Amino acid sequence: MSEQKGIVQHLLDDGMNGLQHNAITARLEDLVKWARSRSSWPASFGLACCAIEMMATGAAHYDLSRFGMEVFRASPRQADIMIVAGRVSQKMAPVLRQVYDQMMEPKWVISMGVCASSGGMFNNYAIVQGVDQVVPVDVYAPGCPPTPETLIHAIETLHQLIEDGQLMRRRQETGAGANVHVTEIPAGAQPVPVILGTR
Amino acid sequence: MSEATTPEDATAPAERYGVPLSDSRGQQVLHPTRDGYIRLLRTLLDETFTMCADLTAVDYLLHMNRELPAGVVPERFEVVVNLLSLQRRERLRIRVQVPETDPTIASAFDLYPGSEAMEREVYDMFGITFTDHPDLTRILMPEDWEGHPLRKDDDPSRIPVQFSADFTKRGSR
Amino acid sequence: MSIVDVIRDGNEPQQGLKPRSEITARELLREVGSVLRMSEAEAAKLGDIPVDPTEDQTMIINMGPQHPSTHGVLRLMLELQGETVLRCKPIIGYLHTGMEKTGEQLTYMQGGTNVTRMDYLSPLNNELVFSLAVEQLLGIEGDIPERAVWMRMLLSELNRMSSHLLFLATNGMDIGAVSMMIYGWREREEVLRFFQKVTGLRMNHNFIRPGGVAADLPAGWRDDVLHLLEMIPPRLEEYDILMTGQPIWRDRLQGVGVITADEAQALGATGPILRSTGVPWDLRRDMPYLHYDQMEFDVVVGSYGDAFDRYAIRLNEVRESIRIVHQILDRMPSGDYRIQNKKVTPPPRARIDESMEALIHHFKIFTEGFKVPEGEVYAAVESPRGEIGCYIASDGSPTPYRMHVRAPSFVNIQCLPHMMRGGLVADAVAVISSVDPVLGEVDR
Repeated sequence: MSEQKGIVQHLLDDGMNGLQHNAITARLEDLVKWARSRSSWPASFGLACCAIEMMATGAAHYDLSRFGMEVFRASPRQADIMIVAGRVSQKMAPVLRQVYDQMMEPKWVISMGVCASSGGMFNNYAIVQGVDQVVPVDVYAPGCPPTPETLIHAIETLHQLIEDGQLMRRRQETGAGANVHVTEIPAGAQPVPVILGTR
Repeated sequence: MSEATTPEDATAPAERYGVPLSDSRGQQVLHPTRDGYIRLLRTLLDETFTMCADLTAVDYLLHMNRELPAGVVPERFEVVVNLLSLQRRERLRIRVQVPETDPTIASAFDLYPGSEAMEREVYDMFGITFTDHPDLTRILMPEDWEGHPLRKDDDPSRIPVQFSADFTKRGSR
Repeated sequence: MSIVDVIRDGNEPQQGLKPRSEITARELLREVGSVLRMSEAEAAKLGDIPVDPTEDQTMIINMGPQHPSTHGVLRLMLELQGETVLRCKPIIGYLHTGMEKTGEQLTYMQGGTNVTRMDYLSPLNNELVFSLAVEQLLGIEGDIPERAVWMRMLLSELNRMSSHLLFLATNGMDIGAVSMMIYGWREREEVLRFFQKVTGLRMNHNFIRPGGVAADLPAGWRDDVLHLLEMIPPRLEEYDILMTGQPIWRDRLQGVGVITADEAQALGATGPILRSTGVPWDLRRDMPYLHYDQMEFDVVVGSYGDAFDRYAIRLNEVRESIRIVHQILDRMPSGDYRIQNKKVTPPPRARIDESMEALIHHFKIFTEGFKVPEGEVYAAVESPRGEIGCYIASDGSPTPYRMHVRAPSFVNIQCLPHMMRGGLVADAVAVISSVDPVLGEVDR
């Protein structure tokens, strides 16, 4: 039987000469941003109909796991992104702020749906007209409810901003959100090309 | 079993269970007074109307000249109760007039415990107090909210939409 | 003192739960006795949960409003003695949207967009009950074309299927069978794909409108529905194997959250909760609307009133809905999809170019709205959660004077304290899940 070497054995055999092709080097900053964007865990803050679409995005058909986001952490201490999915009522606003405060830096907020972004069709006494009155928002995803494609577009836009490093810097300057608006992708069969990021 | 009676006197309204009866698009509606309300509920409970499907209220401030059977004095508020009899497969509606100066009415909790949350909602939205309710607190609005949102003189607080002419200010992707 | 300070201080506001030691005996007896329709004396003889002599203090814990196990923003305050739940109080209002106030400002044509977002898992049922109420006020309920009626039934039953599939998914996840979550959504996606083809949207369709439906069924719809009806039954068999026969599932759900028929009726519970106690009450059969009196289907009834019965009822209701959809497929007539009454439904787009009258009607319907005669009416249909009713009082203007929706989950949540009494904390999640509340319609 011919000798089958494992990967580790190959590495050991190469020794110091193998540093050219056995190791990757990068700036620590880039590696951290890369890891943060590929493995950001959302805090479950599903409120209304948008929560159902968010769960559908996490389900098998529009898999969020390929973006590293299928674990919806119940505890905000373990979460990076808060996806505010649904209409925020007057009674819920302090709870929203409390959950946001409990998240550890770095943290980002996606406002999913028109009710979270601007109050939506409910322009009345009961709904906070835009969740950005309570927490700083980084990406707004329109739709009522946004199709899973739109939500993935918003998430990927956010991921690209994190990887480019733009978001962390902006947050340090003013403490405000990034204020990025994405266009809605209607539910349909044809794939829609989107352009992310600046690189 | 009290059937609807059409009186010989054509001007008096039809009655059922001793209370004026009217017909609304084929549905029977009873109009008891505030004092006779609980007595009527008790009668109906014995007459197989075991389920209180819905208890709500209407603020008729802007529509005081609505149609009511003769002998029923219109007030600002109306408490509307929809009862359901599973045995007879029948629905019955009760409308009680509640004045603005004294917005209280007896609670149906002891007869229909399912009305607890519905009466709390009516209290929260209209300010009608239900006497002898086990826990009359706000249910939908925050605890410290002032005002009763579904009253007609309570502002819906609609923010007028402001359009910005310069759309290039927002960064869109 | 703002509500934020109150939460941080840990002092419970009025809407919270007072510990049992602080409430009067009469209040406590009222909690138990009136539900069972007993007098105070009888309730006293009933005796309460035995007080454990080693534990003299009870603990009040707060579940929610943000919690992975609640079906939306439901806050539960539980008073515990060790692991036993003594009392429970659900606190709602965290999703209150003022839909009834908004409903007074929208016209009857726009009302569907508002109502559909209440029970967002079965939006077509919401629109259906609203449209039925408006049609009764208008007096046109007998003139709706046949095809529109059958289309409404088709969509309503498919919606029941998608809502129950979501129940199976969330129930599974709450009990711990997390893979069930993924399976349930898989079928639901297929049904939603059909809805998207017909109505244009996956959720919150605003498709069933007063006068009929918004558009006709697209070409090839029969094949799509047949594909659904072929795909779902074998997967339901899979769920039977995965869950119904499984000992862990049975142990977690059997005997949990028991409610009797009298209690359910006293509390106003309808839908699967009432049917699980043995009362065969289903509005589709007992007070039929649309053409359900011509359909052949069984009303699934349980016998023990526990969470397992409710799960089994919903699973089998999917099968019954499949039966009904088969019958609708065979009997769908051709014809108009909405009533031809010019005052109520807008004219077809092509006619607007030709006829001035059509243009004026279109303009009036979409700007001012059509006027509905004075009166008040209550219409009810059987939604997947129970009886959903719509009470509309009209004063002759184009907007409703008062629009109230009797939400089944709002009333069913009142059963929670009763079901959880004496049970374990771990069963609290199973009980909530078996009641299947949708907070959008609870809070409106």
